[in-house]
Amino acid sequence: MKGNSYLSRKIHSLLGVIPLGLFIIEHMITNYSAYEEGAQGFKDSVKFLNDLPLVFFLELFGIWLPLLFHGVYGLYVAYQSNLNTGRFQYGRNWFFTLQRISGVITFIFIFWHLYQTRLQVMLGNVTHEELGNQMHSITTNGFYFVFYVIGIIAATFHFSNGMWAFLVSWGITIGPRAQRISSYIFMGVFVIVALLFLLSLTAFRGDEFKEAASAALQMTNLV
Amino acid sequence: MAETAVATKTVKLVITRQDAPDSAPYTEEFEVPYRANMNVISALMEIQRNPKKVDGQKTAPVCWESNCLEEVCGACSMVINGKPRQACSSLIDQLEQPVRLAPMKTFPVVRDLVINRERMFNALKRVKAWIPIDGTYDLGPGPRMAETKRQWAYELSKCMTCGVCLESCPNVNDRNSFIGPAAISQVRLFNAHPTGEMNKEERLEALMEDGGIEGCGNSQNCVRSCPKGIPLTTSIAAINKDTTKHLFKKWLGM
Repeated sequence: MKGNSYLSRKIHSLLGVIPLGLFIIEHMITNYSAYEEGAQGFKDSVKFLNDLPLVFFLELFGIWLPLLFHGVYGLYVAYQSNLNTGRFQYGRNWFFTLQRISGVITFIFIFWHLYQTRLQVMLGNVTHEELGNQMHSITTNGFYFVFYVIGIIAATFHFSNGMWAFLVSWGITIGPRAQRISSYIFMGVFVIVALLFLLSLTAFRGDEFKEAASAALQMTNLV
Repeated sequence: MAETAVATKTVKLVITRQDAPDSAPYTEEFEVPYRANMNVISALMEIQRNPKKVDGQKTAPVCWESNCLEEVCGACSMVINGKPRQACSSLIDQLEQPVRLAPMKTFPVVRDLVINRERMFNALKRVKAWIPIDGTYDLGPGPRMAETKRQWAYELSKCMTCGVCLESCPNVNDRNSFIGPAAISQVRLFNAHPTGEMNKEERLEALMEDGGIEGCGNSQNCVRSCPKGIPLTTSIAAINKDTTKHLFKKWLGM
């Protein structure tokens, strides 16, 4: 890849936090309304988001383009790394390896997740109000439930450990003590964020999300 | 009559060899007589004295590099029982046998255990890891360095360009242009020097180009492997801070 890899890598790092890190937190809160307030609460949360001004541009510049750059350049970053945890079994080296593995899993997961939800809305197969039902038909399928659990754990780990690395790469946590404390904090963040996403996922399995899951909704479940 | 013969102790070695830079590597096993306080270098010297494999067949003596024999020159770095380190400070008594020796493959292999560390010296040139004081007239004494600063800067000056940090780094490889931890730590050292500081932007900018500091993926193997205990990851993070500040200053035209 020609050009200044310093700038590309910095942009990759920044986009992972702003806006993608902020988005994953927003996504967690929206989903959690399904657990806390049920089907109607989730519908209201989705409606709130779609009522935001300039929602198309928010999505384009806040999600689609950053996700595309971070994902594709991230695959290139992963390709550039040797995984040597066999020779060097140190904690941080494991995290280095897991960051790359979880990144690739997250890429596949998000690709499929977008196809099943956002793309179906775009194609007109599903309305925003039916997204809860769509999630119900996905999560009640055993294969997809496991797939989503793995995807959620990978994505939230990638986010949390990425935040740790971001603070190092931009020179905020410098000494070993600062980096150690930061790693405790972000592993705590990982547990909390992953837990909230998983609770939402189980909430979608509830019967209240079942109503009128049309045949069109089922078709994205290939397995 | 009492038994007077002592069972001869030996040292077993398995060495990864390579005849030429392009030829395929292969392994050979050796068994050399043990002496007290042997290190890997003296074991290699035994092989040089009597280049016979464990099966008694003659072979070419194993090539290696070494100079100081007291872990300050960095020449005898090799992979010993899976970990990159100096052969001179690797004592046979402390190693599991057979002792497995291999060249540090991150670098081009010249022959057997001899590698070419030229990329490290090129990296030092690239980041201008020196203090420019040459001129056409006497510049006079430079500014003084605070003792507290000198103390931590001294730790960074222990770097002997041995290559162990590059060998342990997952991001130093053929697919990646990462400069490696050693040169980044040297930028911190020369930027900390009161006279060297006058050219600090030049060194930072050298790390803000293709194959600069961004290649660091925070695996932190370097700091765990460095034989001199240099705080390499602290250096990298400190230079991350300096390059970030420099980046924003440049954008804002300050």
